[in-house]
Amino acid sequence: MSRSMFTGLAATAIALALGMSPAAAQISDNRIKIGVLTDMSGPFRDLAGPNSTAATRMAVQDFGNKLGNVQIEVVQADHQNRADVGATIAREWFDRDGVDVIIDVANSAVALAVSQIARERNKVLLATGPATDALTGAQTCSPNTVHYVYDTWALANGTARAVVESGGKSWFIITADYAFGHSLEAAAMRVVRETGGDVRGTVRVPLNTPDFSSFLLQAQSSRAQIVGLANAGADTINSVKQAAEFGLGRRGQKLASLLVFLSDIHSLGLQTAQGLQFTEAFYWDLNDSTRAWSRRFGEQASPRGTMPSMVHAGNYSVVTQYLNAVQATGTDGGLAVVNKMKEAPYNDPLFGNGQIRADGRRVHDMYLFEAKAPNESRGPWDYYKLVRTIPGEQAFRPLSHPDNCAATRG
Amino acid sequence: MAAPISAPASAQAGLPLPTTGMPRHQVIALAVMVLFFALAPFAGLYSVFLMKVMCFALFACAFNLLLGYVGLLSFGHAAYFGFSSYLAAHAAKAWGFTPELAILFAVAGSALIGLAFGALAIRRQGIYFAMITLALAQMVFFFCLQAPFTGGENGIQSVPRPPLFGFIPMQGDLQVYWLVFALFIGGFLLVYRIVHSPFGQVLKAIRENEPRAISLGYRVDHYKLIAFVLSAALAGLAGAAKAFVVQLASLTDVAWQMSGEVVLMTLVGGMGTMFGPVVGAFTIITMQTYLAEFGAWVTVIQGGIFLLCVLAFRRGIVGEVARLTRKSF
Repeated sequence: MSRSMFTGLAATAIALALGMSPAAAQISDNRIKIGVLTDMSGPFRDLAGPNSTAATRMAVQDFGNKLGNVQIEVVQADHQNRADVGATIAREWFDRDGVDVIIDVANSAVALAVSQIARERNKVLLATGPATDALTGAQTCSPNTVHYVYDTWALANGTARAVVESGGKSWFIITADYAFGHSLEAAAMRVVRETGGDVRGTVRVPLNTPDFSSFLLQAQSSRAQIVGLANAGADTINSVKQAAEFGLGRRGQKLASLLVFLSDIHSLGLQTAQGLQFTEAFYWDLNDSTRAWSRRFGEQASPRGTMPSMVHAGNYSVVTQYLNAVQATGTDGGLAVVNKMKEAPYNDPLFGNGQIRADGRRVHDMYLFEAKAPNESRGPWDYYKLVRTIPGEQAFRPLSHPDNCAATRG
Repeated sequence: MAAPISAPASAQAGLPLPTTGMPRHQVIALAVMVLFFALAPFAGLYSVFLMKVMCFALFACAFNLLLGYVGLLSFGHAAYFGFSSYLAAHAAKAWGFTPELAILFAVAGSALIGLAFGALAIRRQGIYFAMITLALAQMVFFFCLQAPFTGGENGIQSVPRPPLFGFIPMQGDLQVYWLVFALFIGGFLLVYRIVHSPFGQVLKAIRENEPRAISLGYRVDHYKLIAFVLSAALAGLAGAAKAFVVQLASLTDVAWQMSGEVVLMTLVGGMGTMFGPVVGAFTIITMQTYLAEFGAWVTVIQGGIFLLCVLAFRRGIVGEVARLTRKSF
C-alpha cells in the first residue's frame, strides 16, 4: 500500500516536473506491460503458444508501441501447464516486474489461479485461451477478468443445438472421464434433450486413451446419427482418427466434436477430419476483414503462413480493446480499465459486434463449422465450411443462469 | 530403534559418534543454508519463489531419506506430496482449519498412506519395488482426478491463509515465508537426526548389505517400513506447506512426472548427502522459474543438465564437492 502510494507520488512528481498530461501520471512506472502467459511446450502450443505473443505484438504495433508518452512492452512465459508454475510467474510479474495485464493463459487450472491473483492485486486477466466456464461461474468469477473467445458452455451448447436443429436428432456421446469431460457431456445432453433430440447412450473413457475401438463400436451399434466427442487435445485427435478408420462416416454417422481448434484440423488433415462438426468463434476465411488480418498474422507467425486459431485472433482483439480503454481512462488500474471495457459494445474487425458483460464474458456470434472433404479444399488452410451462425445471445450462458457469476446475477 | 550399533561402523565413516553432534564443516554448511534462506527475501530474491524452493527441498530431503540412506528407489513419492497438498487445501478451505491443524491433518494422512503403500511395496526389491510404488501412486492420481473434493483438473483454487494458531496473521507472503522457513529447517534437522541416529545407522547397514543386516538379527522389514512412513510423512509436510504457498492444490503435484522430478532433484544435488537435495531442488526450481520465458527449451535444458550430471559428475553437485574436500555434507 505504502509502496504504491510512494510510486504514485513519485510518478506525479515526475509528471509535473516534465509537464506531462495528468492522464499519463496515473499509469504505474510510466509503461504498460503485457504478459503473455501461455503453453509454449505442451499440448496447447499450436493453438496458443509463441504465435499468441505474435498476435499480441501486432495489436501493440498498431498503437505504435506506445500510448502518448507511455511505452507498451510485451513479455512472455511458459506456464508448462502447471498451475503452481503459472501462479508463481503471475505473482512475480505483478509484484516485481510491473506487469499490468496477463493475457492468453491457455489452460483452465492456470487461468483460475491467475484470475484470483489478478483480483487480489487489482490487475487484469484477459483470458483468451482457457475453456472453463468457471471463470464466469458462481463461485469463481472476478471483476478483474475478461473471458474472451469461447467457453465450455458455449461450445457444448452451440454444437449440440445447431446439430440437432440441422436434423441430427439422435446422439451417442463419448466422454473423457474427468471433470472437464463431464461438464461438456452434461451441457451437451441437456441441450440435445431441450431441442427435441435424444441421447441414445454415453460412454466414459479414461483420459489419454490410445485405443477407442470398443467405444466406437458401442457408438456404431447405438445407430445414433451423431457421435459426440466430449474430450480435448490428444483424445480428440485419436478418437477422430480412429472413427475415420472405422468408417463411421461411410455408415451415415456424423462426428460432432465439442472442442476443436484450427490447429487440430491442420494436424489431423482433411482426409481424416472431413465431415467433423464443431463450434468456433473465429475462422480466418469468414469475411474480408478476417482474411486481411489473418494474412498479416501469417507474415509474422511461425512457421510463416500459419493461419490464426481463434485464440490468436482473440489476443489481438482483446489487447486492442484493453489499450483503447487505458487510453480512454488514462489509468492502468485493473478495475477501472475492465469497467471501461465493459461499458460499451465494440465492433471488432475479427469477432464482429459484441459486448463484455458484467460477469466478464464477451458475447459474440459463434459458428458451427464442418471440416471440408479434401476435394472441396481449394488451397492450404482452406478447411472449414460454415454450417450456421449461432447468435451471441443464444451462444453463451445467460447472466441469469444459476451457475453464472453470483455477483452479477439479478 | 534401540538396536545396538557397532562402534567401528561410525568410527570408520570418520564421523564423531552419532550422539555427540555435527562435525564442524556441516555446522558451517547448515549455518550458510539457514542464513541464506533467512536473508534472501530481503536481498531481492522473490519470496514466493524461495518458498517453493524450500517446499521442494524438503520434499527432496524426504525422498533422499529413502533413496540415499536406505537404498529404496520409490517412484511414487508424488502421491504423498500431492495428496497431502489436497488434504491441507481442503481442510483449510472447506472446513476452515487453521494452517497448523491443516498441515498436521495432511501429514497424518500422508503418513497413513505411506504405511499402507510401504507395507505392500517393501515386500519386493529393486525395479519391482519402484514399479509397485509407481502403480500405487497412479491410483492416488486417478483418485484425485475423479474425487469430487479435488476439483478435477482445475484443482482446489484460492486456498485461504487463515491466522496461524488462530491469532498470528498469515495474509502477507512474508508471514507465510517464516512458517515455511520454520517447517523446512525443522524438517531438515529431523532428517539429519534420523540419519545420524542409531536407527539411521541400521538403515545404512541395510542399504549396504541387507542379508548381512538380517543375519545380524535386525528386523529389516520393520526398519524399512518405518523409514518409508517417515519419508512419506515428510513429503506430506512439504506438500501441505506448498498448498499455503501457492494457494492451490493441483494434479501436477500428484502426477508421475512429479515423482520423476524429485528423483532428478536428488540426483542433481547428490544422492545420500544431507545438503544435496536442497541444492538440487534449488537448481531445478530456479530453472523452471527463470527459464520460463524460453518456452519449450526449459525441458530441453533440464534434460541437458541431467545428462551432464549423470555423465560428468555422477555423485551430484554436493556429492562432488564432498569428494573433492574429502568431507561429507
